[in-house]
Amino acid sequence: MNDKSQAQVPLEPERYELRAASPYHFDLGRRDFFKFLGAGLVVVSALRPAVIAQESGGGRQRRGESLPQEINAWLHIGENGKITVYTGKVEIGQNIRTSLSQAVAEELHVPIENIEMVMGDTQLTPFDMGTFGSRTTPTMNLQLRRVASAARDVLVNLAAAQWKTNAQHLVVRDGKITDPQNRRSVEYAALLQGQQLTETLPQEDPLIPAANWTVAGTSVPKVDGREFVTGQHRYPSDQTLPEMLYGKVLRPPAFDATLVSAETQKAEQMGATVVHDGNFVGAAAPTTQLAEAAVAAIHAEWKSEPQISNKELFDYLRKNTMEGKDPTGDGDRYDTGSVDQAMGTADHQLKQTYTVQYIAHTPLEPRAALAKWDGDQLTVWTGTQRPFGVRGQLAEAFRIPEDKIRVLMPDMGSGYGGKHTGETAIEAARLARAAKRPVKVVWTREEEFTWAYFRPAGVIDVMSGVRKDGTITAWEFHNYNSGSAGIKTYYEIPNQRIVFHAVKSPLRQGSYRALAATANHFARESHMDELAHTVKMDPLEFRLKNLKNERLRAVFEAAAKQFGWGKSKSEGQGFGMGGGYEKLGNVATFAEINVDKESGDVKIVRLVTAFECGAIVNPDGLRNQLEGSNVQGLGGALFEAIQFDNGKILNDRLSQYRVPRFSDLPVIETVLLDRKDIPSVGAGECPLIGVAPAIANAIFDATGKRLCALPLIPNGLKAA
Amino acid sequence: MSTIHLAINGKPYAVDVDPQTSLLTVLREHLDLTGSKYGCGEGQCGACTVLIEGKAQRSCITRVGSVAEKKITTIEGLAHGDRLHPVQQAFLDVGAMQCAYCTSGMIMSAVALLQKNPNPQPNEIVDFMDGNVCRCGTYPRIVSAIQKAAKATRETAAAKGGSR
Repeated sequence: MNDKSQAQVPLEPERYELRAASPYHFDLGRRDFFKFLGAGLVVVSALRPAVIAQESGGGRQRRGESLPQEINAWLHIGENGKITVYTGKVEIGQNIRTSLSQAVAEELHVPIENIEMVMGDTQLTPFDMGTFGSRTTPTMNLQLRRVASAARDVLVNLAAAQWKTNAQHLVVRDGKITDPQNRRSVEYAALLQGQQLTETLPQEDPLIPAANWTVAGTSVPKVDGREFVTGQHRYPSDQTLPEMLYGKVLRPPAFDATLVSAETQKAEQMGATVVHDGNFVGAAAPTTQLAEAAVAAIHAEWKSEPQISNKELFDYLRKNTMEGKDPTGDGDRYDTGSVDQAMGTADHQLKQTYTVQYIAHTPLEPRAALAKWDGDQLTVWTGTQRPFGVRGQLAEAFRIPEDKIRVLMPDMGSGYGGKHTGETAIEAARLARAAKRPVKVVWTREEEFTWAYFRPAGVIDVMSGVRKDGTITAWEFHNYNSGSAGIKTYYEIPNQRIVFHAVKSPLRQGSYRALAATANHFARESHMDELAHTVKMDPLEFRLKNLKNERLRAVFEAAAKQFGWGKSKSEGQGFGMGGGYEKLGNVATFAEINVDKESGDVKIVRLVTAFECGAIVNPDGLRNQLEGSNVQGLGGALFEAIQFDNGKILNDRLSQYRVPRFSDLPVIETVLLDRKDIPSVGAGECPLIGVAPAIANAIFDATGKRLCALPLIPNGLKAA
Repeated sequence: MSTIHLAINGKPYAVDVDPQTSLLTVLREHLDLTGSKYGCGEGQCGACTVLIEGKAQRSCITRVGSVAEKKITTIEGLAHGDRLHPVQQAFLDVGAMQCAYCTSGMIMSAVALLQKNPNPQPNEIVDFMDGNVCRCGTYPRIVSAIQKAAKATRETAAAKGGSR
């Protein structure tokens, strides 16, 4: 493997919630390792410069600078043979605790049960910018394979030295090294007795090719699945400590409201610890009930400015661009050829506008944190995709050095890009400092809907020019606010102008599974469908005519085959497709829908998704991600939308904000393209992006109605 | 505040609490039975589902005073020692979870369904389970797991019946 083959996923500039955290530079004292790990063998993984730029979070700011060597993972094999792997990545349901264990088991030739993963603990694991962007598989999985492979080599050489034989004659299996010629064998543990060995990854190291994998590449079940089906796993919101109090925070009546006054006396008399610090007012008490009652007893006055509602949203987004003042970075404009000229000479021109609403991640476990102070040392257990980012936020909030703070992330109840921030960590820590006891803060569903952040809303204008024969000659694409992930077109078009316009968002917005790729693919793939109809071509044929990328063609063709594209349809039936390339994965989704002629009800009957992400690490885990992406994609495609007015969220409950349920479930079929010759990449996001356009195009196919707004049918087809 | 006697997973508990308090709060805060989860607080997501006298009920909207002396089963009380309940085993076998935060509630609802209907058709599973939300979208797998558990339970029952 060389740097070229190491897959890189760029950070998108729309990650508004990411504040650049300064990377932690580990001082790799050899003694320090063994002090907390015990004797044995340690192998550290030092990132290569090309990867550091993105993994350390310094990508944008530090471009072009020389970077220090950084450690992003390490592995320890103890004298007892126990293998512990340390990574800053976290488990949020994407199943990397299992897939990363597979990577180590594969290269180290040990049973997977012997491996323990320590994840997302800022004291024990190396710095990691966060778990997002589908980067665990292309980066961390590869790094851990290299670490494990290096560890194996050290052990084999130890055995060879002990036996005074050539390492090439030795065989490794099940945590044991065997010398078949002389019929002797030794376990890793025995080799490591009394040893304190460290090893840094060599520059080049042969890894087991995907074609020869025996543990990786197989459907290993979730490593700690039993903990979950028995209710024993402790999520962030399940954490407890002796003497712990429950915390509640007084919420403003509107966004950006400022506190004028707060009377807290009554709350204090109820026996709660009350904190009034700047705009923050909260209470901690021995029960949630008492904390809630205390907060309710606080009389506060707030001041807020009038704010817009959904009705004005899209007009507002167009009019409030921050041209030249984009705080999130550069590189969001792509020009090729001469768009205006090509548009003028095209046989057909098409102009269309697409919109997407704000939607909420709605992780089933809301934000939660438990904070404890020991003198000036702060420890916080919290659900976040960025434990190190939260540590930085805590350091800033309390003006204490990061090395006084430990953030731990127990495997949490999902995130979908929605838990990059540390609100509850800060709230719990502030209350705990005042109460001088540990405090847990768990947000209510209403708080999670209102005070987290949303997937950005957006307006997308597309103009295109096409020749009679179906060749696209001009492409102009303007995205207002929703973001630039997936904004570039993979269709071969000689003249392009693609621009992302940053906007001052009326609501707090941030990352979301697949980011703006969902909006941009919805616009592009809907537009492609409309263009195909304009030139009277089959939508699949039209796409393939303008598409050279072999991997993308392959998924379209595979999905079409499984779907039976071209089959005849009955009345009310509609077929459509959407697909694309995102986070290094390739996807195509085909949808079959049925429209009831009488009621106008739309039923999503069947979704077929073909996906290719290089060499597959865990086929069943991958199918699970694909199915889940399709289901989650349905929500944003059909009915999810945040309703807001004057600084308030109007549908801040699950009874008001509709999410996909069992009864929304279509038949979901997945086609996996396993490319063992291509490095593995992530699968948590890309499979989502084809769902919305496939359904929109199928609705057009059934009804002749071209729906250009997401969600498509929140109030049924008749209202759309 | 009053003392309420509860029978949870075959064990007696006495808690001093306002009878209006939700059962979920009592389970999680007073008894440290955290397997039942909070997801919405209004009975809309099913993450807090427990069995009251064998029937699935949302513990977040169940007042603890209303279930005193009744037989309550939570996810912690489902397995017999190391032997998992067939529904738990089926969820593991099928891999019917991602983040698994909904899993306790899904399993409890499924247990209630199978007690009522040992051989549910997919549409019956969908109808019964529609109040349980999985944001990760593992619904197809959960349907499969319930079918698998139903089959395993029927086979076990048949084997027992045959040996009598």
